[in-house]
Amino acid sequence: MNIYADNAATTKLSRKALEEMLPYLEESYGNPSSLYSLGQKAREAIEKARAVIARCMCASAREITFTSGGSEADNQAILTAAELGRKAGKKHIVTDLIEHHAVLRTLAKLEREGYEITYLPVHENGIVRIEELEAAIREDTCLVTVMYANNEIGTIQPVREIGAICRKRGVLFHTDAVQAVGHIPVNVAEDNIDMLSASAHKFHGPKGAGFLYARKGIRLSGLIEGGAQERGKRAGTENVAGIVGMAAALEEAVSNREANAEKLTALRDRLIKGLAAIPHSALNGDAEKRLPSNVNFCFEGIEGESLLLLLDDRGISASSGSACTSGSLDPSHVLLAIGRVHDVAHGSLRLTLGDDADETQVDEIIRATSDVVTYLRGFSPIWRDLTTGKKEFIL
Amino acid sequence: MALYSEKVMDHFRNPRNVGIIEDADGIGEVGNAKCGDIMKMYLKIDDDTIGDVKFETFGCGSAIASSSMATELIKGQPVSEALKLTNKAVAEALDGLPEYKMHCSVLAEEAIKNALDDYYSKHPEKRKEHSDESGKL
Repeated sequence: MNIYADNAATTKLSRKALEEMLPYLEESYGNPSSLYSLGQKAREAIEKARAVIARCMCASAREITFTSGGSEADNQAILTAAELGRKAGKKHIVTDLIEHHAVLRTLAKLEREGYEITYLPVHENGIVRIEELEAAIREDTCLVTVMYANNEIGTIQPVREIGAICRKRGVLFHTDAVQAVGHIPVNVAEDNIDMLSASAHKFHGPKGAGFLYARKGIRLSGLIEGGAQERGKRAGTENVAGIVGMAAALEEAVSNREANAEKLTALRDRLIKGLAAIPHSALNGDAEKRLPSNVNFCFEGIEGESLLLLLDDRGISASSGSACTSGSLDPSHVLLAIGRVHDVAHGSLRLTLGDDADETQVDEIIRATSDVVTYLRGFSPIWRDLTTGKKEFIL
Repeated sequence: MALYSEKVMDHFRNPRNVGIIEDADGIGEVGNAKCGDIMKMYLKIDDDTIGDVKFETFGCGSAIASSSMATELIKGQPVSEALKLTNKAVAEALDGLPEYKMHCSVLAEEAIKNALDDYYSKHPEKRKEHSDESGKL
């Protein structure tokens, strides 16, 4: 049985999106900036896609700017707010410790340029506390950036409340909603969002396409110099097929959202229950305020990469926050931020279910994970120390 | 996965010499849980030869494969030969490791050296004898 359980990394392109993309890769290949009809056909497709996406987000079409994906949108949103802040003499930004690297590294760059960044803790459940966020906002704060839902542990932040506080305090609010859009309800108006980043391949669209929502009145800074595409805010010939596919995928995801979420939540909880039965294991992140598809566990005494390789041998694709899988010496910054110590964070497993998941798949994941964890513990010197009382269990 | 060579995957999937030796003559442990790799080697030394060797490893695929290969390379060898084991030899025997995983082979070499040091701490007279034989000082 092959089970793809890494849908937070990327998703399979939807059939409908592919079908809508193909004409723009084959016959209608014109440049949208060209005046002849072949080009104008591509232009129309882009504007139609923009309208569809705007409708799905409860925004207006002019507020949607196409990008190459979530990372570019994050960069552009943050650098826009930083630039607006600089002009107003405001160089303080509030964020949290579990943001995606596209946010954290952009902020680190700003920090080197003299901006001051406040990193809010997320506590054991992986969620920002509203009162701490409110207390962190200062007179010179130009931006609050807090993700909608976390890519590793799936926790959902109180975005609407954060947005309301930012409105009240007159501070721009950006949210990296890459993991949320198409999966949980996102409404930029009701959620008080000023800027939002999204990526097509996380909701069954193609890779290389994303968008940035920026509320009317926010003047975006461009990252790329060149032509006048995207009203001069994003130079470069548009990824026409990608944009068309993104709109088709989003429309489909939004219309199936409720049914999928209901099904996945039940499967997620079945998976959590099954994995929690493995001794000395623990769920990472809040059990309820989390994405319908996300399960993230730590297993004491084993290392994540070997767990992934053996699960792959059993046909299961998953991911881990261990150092060995991140290519650095430290395990995931998200797991460390929720208080997991290094020893335990190395033994993490992230499973993100797809829309096609069912109970048979979930039960197979539980069985395989349990087998592999037991096998690896069988020759782990840490496990021996834990079970012979030389070391105390953490989980 | 093409991350690792077939040899690495073979030793990872079917690690050789897994376990512990209750009455080991030398035990070596290297690495730490903080970094995500711990290797523990157990040696049984008979007549200046590695009579038996076992290991336990907490770590990634290449850490497990490196431990397994290192035990294969020294098992049945004179101690003077085991002393000469290098991380490069371990990595080469595995048909190579990704650059950022080379430290796993270093850990395997160190675990064996560490176990031999433990043995020499109980048999100091053997250290010079074995070193001379292996052509090292």
